[in-house]
Amino acid sequence: MPQPSDISGVQDLSPEDLLHTARAFIAAIPHARALNMRLDAIGGGKATLSMPWDERLVGDPRTGVIHGGAISALMDTCSGAAVLSHPEAGTVTATLDLRIDYMRSATPGQRIAARAEVYHLTRTIAFLRVVATDEEAGGVPVATATGAFTVERRSPDSTGGRA
Amino acid sequence: MTGKPEPVQVIKHRRDAALRALVSGVPYIGFLGIQFDRRGDEITATLPYDDKLVGNPMLPALHGGATAAFLEVTAIVELSFSMLWEDVEAGRIDLSDPAALPRLPKTIDFTVDYLRSGLPRDSYARARVNRSGRRYASVHVEGWQDNRTRPFIQATGHFLMPEL
Repeated sequence: MPQPSDISGVQDLSPEDLLHTARAFIAAIPHARALNMRLDAIGGGKATLSMPWDERLVGDPRTGVIHGGAISALMDTCSGAAVLSHPEAGTVTATLDLRIDYMRSATPGQRIAARAEVYHLTRTIAFLRVVATDEEAGGVPVATATGAFTVERRSPDSTGGRA
Repeated sequence: MTGKPEPVQVIKHRRDAALRALVSGVPYIGFLGIQFDRRGDEITATLPYDDKLVGNPMLPALHGGATAAFLEVTAIVELSFSMLWEDVEAGRIDLSDPAALPRLPKTIDFTVDYLRSGLPRDSYARARVNRSGRRYASVHVEGWQDNRTRPFIQATGHFLMPEL
């Protein structure tokens, strides 16, 4: 997911201001708004983003289970936010690839939350892991994903990443 | 050969009814606004541009999650239609009864390759079932916009076949 480039300097904000700025940033994405995504936490290359169960997103009318595509949209957006919150990442990112494993059906009526984490950053690429859960206590994740996202380092000469 | 071939309209009607029965009951397909065109057994899906599909209002560009979802929907519909094809051709399925349709395949995994950013215009997709067994299927799907030879997104998914 290519990102708007108006989030510069977010890494220097206090945690509260960062969450506030990042929420405004997510709210400016029409598709995130259409799916009622809400940013719950962000910072240091990690982000948590959630969305409510919604009748319009149902993929199997016999069970009321949300379509996997909507969950992938949540995980993709969450990943982009995590990349931009990384202290060494720049202000623009785009998804190169995203592989999603669907472990089980999300329980109808329950909120779905995605947690994304940048586990490695090079000069040009951020590698991410994402886990999506519903409200089942201690349950198996609904889905997991790994992704590669483009990054522009804030100061290209300061760190010796490779990709 | 036994008897006269069926009139072409009868065959077309039956095939279109099968495709419609697969698609019309799924709210998410309606939410994204995806439409399907059929030529014989070949299905082309269209994702007409809509403001709510935008992921980057500055460029602007379509949301990668929305285009990935478009490809996943296309793969599932292609796989389901190919699964039903023989029964539809033989007239063995009663399409007026939604409960008579088998359940949809379930996605096991889906790997999306973003080749270019999605421009703010209509997108198209076609899927190819590379392997379809009794339990598992592997489907490749490609999405393009203005030029069929310049895909902007492609994906491969594995699916669990419904029990018949």
